[in-house]
Amino acid sequence: MKTFQDLFKRYRRPGDFFIALLSLLFALFLLVNLPGQAQWMDRAKTVAQPALWPGIAVIGMVVFSALHLLGAIVSDRIPGRMAEVLEWLRAVEYAGWFMAYVWLVPYLGYLPATLVFCIALTLRLGYRGWRWMLVASVFAIAVVVIFKGFLQVRIPAGAIYEWLPSGPFRTFMMSYL
Amino acid sequence: MADLIAGFHMLMTPAVLFALLIGSLGGVIIGAIPGVGAAVAIAILLPATFSMEPIVGLTMLLGIYGSSMYGGSLPAILINTPGTAVNALTTYDGYPMTQRGEALKALGLAYGASFIGGILSICALIFLSPVLAKVAPMFGSREIFLAALLGIVLVILAHRGQTFAAGSLACFGIFLGTVGLEPIQYTQRFTFGLTFLSSGINLIVVVLGLFALSQGFLLLSQPDGAPQGQRVQGNMFRAMAGVFRHKRIAGAGSGFGVLMGMIPGVGEFTAQFLTYTYAQKTSKTPEQFGNGSSEGLVASESANNAVPAAAMIPLLALGIPGEALTAMMLSVFYVHNVVPGPALFQTQMDFVYALYIAMILLNVIVVIFVGLSSNLLMKIIRIPTRFLGMTIVTLGFVGVYSLRNSMTDCALAAGFGLLGLVLKRQNLPIVPIILGMVLGGIMETKLRSGMARVKTPLDFFDRPIAALLGVAIVLLLVAHVWGVLRERRRNIPDAEHDHDMHDSQTR
Repeated sequence: MKTFQDLFKRYRRPGDFFIALLSLLFALFLLVNLPGQAQWMDRAKTVAQPALWPGIAVIGMVVFSALHLLGAIVSDRIPGRMAEVLEWLRAVEYAGWFMAYVWLVPYLGYLPATLVFCIALTLRLGYRGWRWMLVASVFAIAVVVIFKGFLQVRIPAGAIYEWLPSGPFRTFMMSYL
Repeated sequence: MADLIAGFHMLMTPAVLFALLIGSLGGVIIGAIPGVGAAVAIAILLPATFSMEPIVGLTMLLGIYGSSMYGGSLPAILINTPGTAVNALTTYDGYPMTQRGEALKALGLAYGASFIGGILSICALIFLSPVLAKVAPMFGSREIFLAALLGIVLVILAHRGQTFAAGSLACFGIFLGTVGLEPIQYTQRFTFGLTFLSSGINLIVVVLGLFALSQGFLLLSQPDGAPQGQRVQGNMFRAMAGVFRHKRIAGAGSGFGVLMGMIPGVGEFTAQFLTYTYAQKTSKTPEQFGNGSSEGLVASESANNAVPAAAMIPLLALGIPGEALTAMMLSVFYVHNVVPGPALFQTQMDFVYALYIAMILLNVIVVIFVGLSSNLLMKIIRIPTRFLGMTIVTLGFVGVYSLRNSMTDCALAAGFGLLGLVLKRQNLPIVPIILGMVLGGIMETKLRSGMARVKTPLDFFDRPIAALLGVAIVLLLVAHVWGVLRERRRNIPDAEHDHDMHDSQTR
């Protein structure tokens, strides 16, 4: 660490130009939509105008993003922009896994869906063998027991639980797992 | 004194003590695992704490906040990988000591310095609280608006080299806070006719996406790795006592930590820098700093651990969070209709003291725990990173889905998770978005009420604290421009800077 700035400074990475460009385009999109999406009332004071703060925020985004883009343009190009963008896209797969898990829970119930998700994703990540399956299963059960059983977080019972024979077991499953 | 005793009684319930124990021990483990920080853990646990009493929920979250830095120093010293971002400076002197065969001494000094920093800062704040109770009511709407603006300015300026990106992200945060039905004229703002946007974008959804899911996606999409273990032998408690040979530096670290923690938007990095510089300038062996200096290690760890207690001051006294973790805690207050602000220091001083005593207790619990369990912790943190990513995503789901059982919330959180991943890979900060979102809402409300008796713009600054805050904002902006120009004139070659100083946020 040579200077005070080192403690705060963040250095550019490949893809800086791309993110600056995306940021400016998004800010401009919001700016174009500002008159239609936030109202300026006739008889209200400036500080009570609904459009004041969205306006300040959007104009700030446009100014700062433009300066960011300008900085990226005048700086030396860092190789690897395309590879970096592909890395971002690779992560979309895992957002898909997350949404599949979200979709499964109301049907299968929290415990079965979590077991399926943890084991399937563990296999997808390349962990093989009964030990990894056991670790993933124990983790899934622990999460459900701690959060739904113990902390009583609000996660509805799965539709599949309706198929269980009525009685204390079904009530237990619906309440705690 | 009566408030202090009442605060102590408030804590002495099984639920609070259990929450404190879980938070403290959990925080150490979470802090020690590179790739999971206090922010990830607090984001995941937030919705679960909403069903608890405010004191129970806040104690658990405070436990995680205050203890994660203890844990984070372990991998920083033993394997040169900071467990949390604020342990990055610890690697400078801690790891060279390990390489010299002084791992036990380094860990003992780090834990001891963290303990001294934590305890001294809390004691200072307990003694300062009556003063704060007198000063806090002097903050009206204008002063709170200016303090929030100061927080925004500081969080932007703190990211030198990326100031424009940080500014853009802070404005994006302010924008997110304005989406939905506004409460004065009842008009829709940036909802694009979509029903789910009418109620606004939930802060917890954004926090969980940006902190927890992004970290999960990041670990899942990167090559697998696992930190290697390193055993420590010897009496840790005796090693911790070594910090008393550096009382002056530990005291300075606590002082800087308290001062910097109280200012919104500043936090651990500045406190660490000031203490480190002070220690180096007053040392008999300044050349050892960065090469395994005990003084440097004590400076770094005492300063960062003094900040959490002080960071609660702007939150409790003014309702202004100074950084992301206290911004998350603010939502616990809102859920329970407890409005932090000047009135809290006047009417619920026992509650404030209870939080401070909880922090003292957590430091005691944690120092005993780390004294006995460093080798056990080293085994725990050897989780392969991609498997860790899977666990974070699974836990992230509980956080988002339990809020409103909404698939839309989950989709939004996943979107923010991808945004957070991109920002982390770009080494861009996430905190300005969260602070923009929280402080933007506060600024909008306070500006509206603050302007009621203002005739000319200068009337806004006609009270001493408002004038002081206004001058501070102007001076900061001038000092920033001057600092940038001066740095350019010094012309230090780019290769001599540490480009990976902030790389820990991607781990």
